[in-house]
Amino acid sequence: MSKTFMGWPTFPKAAETATADEQLRANVRRATHTIRTKRAALVEERPDWQDLRDTAAALKDDVLAHLDTYLEQIEEKVTAAGGTVHWAADADEANRIVTGLVRDTGESEIVKVKSMLTEEIGLDGALEAAGISARETDLAATIVQLGDDLPSHVVVPALHRNRSEIRDIFAREMGKHGRPAPEDLTDEPEELAEAARLHMREKFLKAKVAVSGANFMVAETGTLCIVESEGNGRMCLTLADTLISVVGIEKTVPTWQDLEVYLQLLARSATGERMAPYTSTWTGVTDGDGPRAFHLVLVDNGRTRALADPVGRQALRCIRCGACMNICPVYERTGGQTYGSVYPGPIGAILNPLLKGADDPQTASLPYASSLCGACNEVCPVKIRFTDVLLKLRHDVAEGDAKVKHRAEKVALKAVEGVMDRGPLWNAAVKAAGTAGRLLPKDMNLPGPLHGWTDSRALPDIPKESFRSWWKRTEGGTK
Amino acid sequence: MPTALFVTCLNDTLYPGTGQAAVTLLRRLGVAVDFPQQQSCCGQMHYNTGYRKETAKLARHFVEVFGEYDEIVVPSASCGGLPSEAYESAAEAAGDAGLLRDVREIAPRVHELTQYLTDTLGVEDVGAHFPHRVTYHPTCHSLRARGLGDRPYRLLRAVGGIDFVELPAQEECCGFGGTFSVKNGAVSGAMNGDKARHVLETGAHVLAAVDNSCLMNIGGRLTKDGHAVRTMHLVEILARTEADGPLADVPVARNGALR
Repeated sequence: MSKTFMGWPTFPKAAETATADEQLRANVRRATHTIRTKRAALVEERPDWQDLRDTAAALKDDVLAHLDTYLEQIEEKVTAAGGTVHWAADADEANRIVTGLVRDTGESEIVKVKSMLTEEIGLDGALEAAGISARETDLAATIVQLGDDLPSHVVVPALHRNRSEIRDIFAREMGKHGRPAPEDLTDEPEELAEAARLHMREKFLKAKVAVSGANFMVAETGTLCIVESEGNGRMCLTLADTLISVVGIEKTVPTWQDLEVYLQLLARSATGERMAPYTSTWTGVTDGDGPRAFHLVLVDNGRTRALADPVGRQALRCIRCGACMNICPVYERTGGQTYGSVYPGPIGAILNPLLKGADDPQTASLPYASSLCGACNEVCPVKIRFTDVLLKLRHDVAEGDAKVKHRAEKVALKAVEGVMDRGPLWNAAVKAAGTAGRLLPKDMNLPGPLHGWTDSRALPDIPKESFRSWWKRTEGGTK
Repeated sequence: MPTALFVTCLNDTLYPGTGQAAVTLLRRLGVAVDFPQQQSCCGQMHYNTGYRKETAKLARHFVEVFGEYDEIVVPSASCGGLPSEAYESAAEAAGDAGLLRDVREIAPRVHELTQYLTDTLGVEDVGAHFPHRVTYHPTCHSLRARGLGDRPYRLLRAVGGIDFVELPAQEECCGFGGTFSVKNGAVSGAMNGDKARHVLETGAHVLAAVDNSCLMNIGGRLTKDGHAVRTMHLVEILARTEADGPLADVPVARNGALR
């Protein structure tokens, strides 16, 4: 059975385990620093980078403001080009549609192009329950699937694994699902890639059905677009008889000319390349070329919920480049699985509550999984203001509609505020702190939730005289 | 009209020396300083944890205390930034149109201290002398939210006798993040551990920043691990002159050379 994030612990709880895992932290640190350095160099060579970001943000905002119109246009164009469009309100409906479409072909072994959306809706598990084996063909996705693992990054799902761990997974698991890895497999990247290539080729040549997502849908022609590094996607998109693309409704761009903006931003932001090695586009079906049948499943699964949030809706601009997680100091110390979702890092911290609502403790813990340092704001190619959205989502939890509430914290902060906005009370409190401070040993461990501070830090000295007492005593430092 | 000092609740209770240094420095530069005694807290902790209505009450209090002043100076980038970054949202959450108008009006008059020095007063060499090896951590708020850029570095490099060393990976967050440091103690501690390690790599005896909250975080780690690096708000360095001599218990930089 495919693993899922069901029942995952809250972020702080999961992070306690993750931050203590030295191997994990070394793997994530190495990978994120490599990608962020490559990205920075390539962004540097584009003097028009900020213009591209502004344009990309504005275009997506236009799409989101008129999403209904664009989606109807996509349906019309895809249908006219010989494809079939299906609408799915949520994960269950999307899974039911895809499972039914695969069943209709009579096939029980299919191939997949890496797709975060199919991970989001748990498609592999749904297919498995229906007796259909769906094998990943992206290298990183394959590592995750063979290792019965969970993704930890939107671009590089196996980012948390190093090459010797990957060697072990290949040697142990490949034989159970097809062509085994060579017996003398080492952890050299070339050998690992070759083993994966041979293992997958067998599947490409046999599979009659492929499932993909899409990076973009061009409304004016009903064209779908996938960018990738390995070519496995193009094999799936062209060799299968039936292609089923499962796509989130926010992947829309109006025209081909708009696509050029995102293609310039995506590869540089995602992998630190000027252009992705493979950019594939397809429109419906074409006689004598590629799949005979094409189905497009348009998935909402919380996207219209996110769209209704005037601050949060900017998260739907996301093009899944992963730059926010590659730069994030929190992600660097925890890895992606800690976020309990296929969308980790800063985008996961805002997207999950927006899609699902912060109605369970795990989801409600995500907006707090940030020090608000703002590094993500600066690298996002579509200019999502992560910190604005995080703060808005915290407000939803603290004082808004979210069902999870932190009652003790609310009482405590309200009590503090009640003293702070009254001058005399606050003056007395500051004076009391000086007295209390002298009674606290510097190395004491604070009780309850405050232990988070003293676990790794000494308490500051509390001076005998506050600033205000000094000002009063010395008449503003003049005596 | 004197310039008002909004010292911040953290500095008031835990770092009064920062407020005193601000007074000393501003006076030396010819600025008349006032300290309105009814001031309390900007509401940073409340706002960042999601409590906008509570923040609105503190914003109202801030406007009442500081409304009459033309210039309000704050020795903290994060607290100094709050009026312009948060008070509008707080007033909106509280549904208080009058407060919204008032906070919009007051926000442009609230200045982070280093920015006040370089931009409003137009000084870089403030006549300071500090013969110690110093490194500087640009806090996230000063670096990304307030965009202080090279202002603090220009001020530091103009200090007489200073031995200034750049902090490796300086733009990375120290892990404080207000209630983040308590709610996510494990991650915060891991980030802070790396920051403290970088500080030690510089061999500096003094770590400076423009936010004592972050210095409390990093200093707390250094102290817990038994390291003697002193943390000081930037203004405490800028306030010292040759007449003050070197700090007691802190090694004197031998060559006093800029690096």
